[in-house]
Amino acid sequence: MFGSQSSLVMYDEEYQQIVDLAEKLLREANSKAVFLVDRNGQLMAATGETEHLDTTSLASLTAGNIAATGGLAKLIGEKEFSILFHEGEKDNIHISIVADRVILVVIFDHRSSLGLVRLRVKKASDALGDLFEELARKSSTVGTRGGPKNPFAEITDDDIDNLFR
Amino acid sequence: MSFINYASREINCKIVYYGPGLCGKTTNLQTIYGRTAPESRGKMISLATETERTLFFDFLPLALGDIRGFKTRFHLYTVPGQVFYDASRKLILKGVDGVVFVADCQEERLDANIESMENLKDNLEEHGYQLENLPFVIQYNKVDLPNLSPMEELQSFLNPRSVPEFKACALTGEGVFETLKAVAKLILVELKKGAG
Repeated sequence: MFGSQSSLVMYDEEYQQIVDLAEKLLREANSKAVFLVDRNGQLMAATGETEHLDTTSLASLTAGNIAATGGLAKLIGEKEFSILFHEGEKDNIHISIVADRVILVVIFDHRSSLGLVRLRVKKASDALGDLFEELARKSSTVGTRGGPKNPFAEITDDDIDNLFR
Repeated sequence: MSFINYASREINCKIVYYGPGLCGKTTNLQTIYGRTAPESRGKMISLATETERTLFFDFLPLALGDIRGFKTRFHLYTVPGQVFYDASRKLILKGVDGVVFVADCQEERLDANIESMENLKDNLEEHGYQLENLPFVIQYNKVDLPNLSPMEELQSFLNPRSVPEFKACALTGEGVFETLKAVAKLILVELKKGAG
């Protein structure tokens, strides 16, 4: 699922488990919002006070941020920086990489602290890591016998043309 | 790398506009933004210098419509064109589903076009992609200007494989949507093939 040229796939069952874990982290870290973003900039899940946030832009910029700091890390001989922290006047952003694959973003204010967020993120990362492992295994079976069906298998040229009318 | 989300019934794909500095990549996105219904587009983000040269990328999310109950969304990115921003260019190609090469048709930019095309191939290879295997279209931009390279010359240098190509004037909008539609269609056809 995370290799080049193959699709990243999210299923209802895993999505619900991911949202549950994100909500648990949201509560335990006393944070405002929690996001999961894939490294290419696609938003995978969002929970908390997200209604006034442009979540699509947030996902894209987060991935760009991780990619840029990853480039910086390589320049000084590091593999990557696994945690980024941005401090604002009111709100702060804690960004970390889960299981080498997915970016976990926590937004919090004075009701929480960097220490608490770091602690809870670490705990949540293990559980999320296991889940993404499972998701990767499952999506590698897409389209194979016994695996889930790819929605694109049955689309016709007309379906595609209709999009552009 | 497309993202198929069964939970929200969405398919997200990434298109990158590539090309030499000042060829009109950002203008393409601005034109698309300006002519798309507000409900079909997200916010356009430009990470640019004070002189409006793209520093990192421009980003524009677009929703095209439904296919078999799945919302199709395209994330459009541009890269910085100036030669010395190669590190940023490389990063943005990660996970790309389709590429638009925007060529600047002015005679004096022929070298820059060829250099940028070579750079595109090199940077794709570093991610393990081959341009030949990716949905790819070429746009010949600025055809309204007087000092153009002959079309045959541009084609022989930039498009030896005869991928879909479009003449355009990104400022007025000519050819902009034709280019976008062509690459989006190639991506969807590719996804269909992959599903078979």
